[in-house]
Amino acid sequence: MKREKPDRAVIKTEGDILFIEGILSKETIPEIWLQLKARRDFNDLQGVDLSRLNSIDSAGVIFVEQIASTIKDSNRAAAGKGNEELIKNYSEEIGTSLKIFSQASLVEADQLIKAGFFEKIGESYFFIKDAIYEFLILSADIFYWSLAGLWKKKGARKGSLIQQAVLIGVDSLPIIFTLSFIIGLIIALQSAAQLRMFGANIFIADLISISMVREMGPMMTAIIIAGRSGSSIASEIATMKVTEELDALKMLAINPIRYVIVPKFYAISICMPLLVVISMLVGILGGILVAVTYLNLSVSAFYGQMINALALKDVLVSLLKSTFFAWAIVIIGSFYGLRVEGGAEGVGKATTLSVVASIFAVIFIDVIFSLLYLPK
Amino acid sequence: MKEPIIRVKNLTAKYGENTILEDISVDIFPREVTVILGGSGCGKTTLLKNILRLKQPAEGSVEIFGENITGMNEDDYETILKRVGVLFQTGALLNSIDIYENISIPLEQHTSLPKEIADKIIRVKLALVHLGHAVNLKPSELSGGMRKRAALARAIALDPEILFCDEPSAGLDPLTSASLDELILDLKNQLKMTVVIVTHELASIHRIADKIVFLDDGKMLFNGTVTEAKSSGIEAVTEFFRVGTF
Repeated sequence: MKREKPDRAVIKTEGDILFIEGILSKETIPEIWLQLKARRDFNDLQGVDLSRLNSIDSAGVIFVEQIASTIKDSNRAAAGKGNEELIKNYSEEIGTSLKIFSQASLVEADQLIKAGFFEKIGESYFFIKDAIYEFLILSADIFYWSLAGLWKKKGARKGSLIQQAVLIGVDSLPIIFTLSFIIGLIIALQSAAQLRMFGANIFIADLISISMVREMGPMMTAIIIAGRSGSSIASEIATMKVTEELDALKMLAINPIRYVIVPKFYAISICMPLLVVISMLVGILGGILVAVTYLNLSVSAFYGQMINALALKDVLVSLLKSTFFAWAIVIIGSFYGLRVEGGAEGVGKATTLSVVASIFAVIFIDVIFSLLYLPK
Repeated sequence: MKEPIIRVKNLTAKYGENTILEDISVDIFPREVTVILGGSGCGKTTLLKNILRLKQPAEGSVEIFGENITGMNEDDYETILKRVGVLFQTGALLNSIDIYENISIPLEQHTSLPKEIADKIIRVKLALVHLGHAVNLKPSELSGGMRKRAALARAIALDPEILFCDEPSAGLDPLTSASLDELILDLKNQLKMTVVIVTHELASIHRIADKIVFLDDGKMLFNGTVTEAKSSGIEAVTEFFRVGTF
């Protein structure tokens, strides 16, 4: 039953009739389409004869109808005729195909009305207004259920906090450890050469500790968590919405925010400050490595200088800042997850948007904190 | 004697250590509607997936159009695939593009048809499944039944010789389900397609089946016509038809 190479279709004109011979199918049409296109006029034709046609498929039917309509358009004598008058002498089998795939069955497609310029501006206004409203409601819901959940244990999934803490916190450790160490090392290396020129080697401790504690530690951790856990939160919630799991929870009289989002909120609120502390320490360790090997400083000298440079307030503000970062990441991830529309594509979009928005929010929060706690 | 268009020989399918199908041998003949049926979890969809090579059988082989597809290279397998159409249980339309584009995919990828002809084919196929008006809509804007019909239009875009349908009636109301069955029967009768359907909807089976393949717990209990099945004396088979008949 192996399929042979498709036979050709041939067009021949005999008198005022166009004969189509052979097999008229999606494989053979491209070749004769060019022949047909090359034909300048059809006004000498009165019809299409299919008596020499062996078989036809849907593409063939449409091709024949196309010829018939071209004949009608170019020949006044044929203008009023129907396809059944122009297409002649076909077998019963070909007649069935002609009937099934006839374009006569086509109906007008619903037309999509495109919005005008001002309509689009109006739509955007309402879209943004609704989004802000939904975001605020969601944030309020998450904070409410997080506080309420401290006393009311019902509606929460057992073990979910630990599971989420492992996913968000423990599993992020290797990447945070590695990147923070490298960042500390790079900052130290870049500045060490400059400091040595001025004989200010010891100030490497100030530079590294202040940059890691005030900015790089919290910021790097937040960006990593936004990319890693924020995307996972958005895609998980979006998938649950698309597959109606969230609706199913509602129908089980379980609040999806309490059940799905709040454990993530708790976990990220606990893990983020801890990860930031680790990031700070490891970054400083990278700096110490450069200070000891490149600038010939002792660890105790570095430590002493670092303690003088840093204030407790720096650490506390960073930890507070990291908590705000964490909340922004989880709320934004949930927001985009819950607003998903469509299927797989919607989930992808929600995930991307959530990561971009989370990183933007992290930087924005950082700016606010920098302004609020500007060193005097 | 007619040559089978699909031949399943001693097929065993496993998920990990679990045997889902055991030593299944079936011949499916051209221009017939063959229904694979059985209770939930009996391995119907697994058999379909193994026939289509979406899953590799643990043992045995599958021949389509007389060629063994089990160990076939990808190029030859693609040639076979161009001659078959598959209607998935959920429709499996691509949600990011509209219905027109969904149906244009096989035509664009596997033919060199002029754009005008391809465009008309898409519209005709949609009209065949009574979705001519929905050309510009996205799958998410369609109901479950409409999505199935659009998926059927995509499956028949290349006029396949064999049409595989995985639970076409699942989740549809009886009227929509009946109209889908009629459509499948039209394709079989008028276009001389071979149709393989996985279902456990008895009404559907009575309407369209020429032959049935009855599976139970991974084993094939019966292969024949519905009438033969009812009088087969095989308890699980007769019980299936008795319980499901009002």
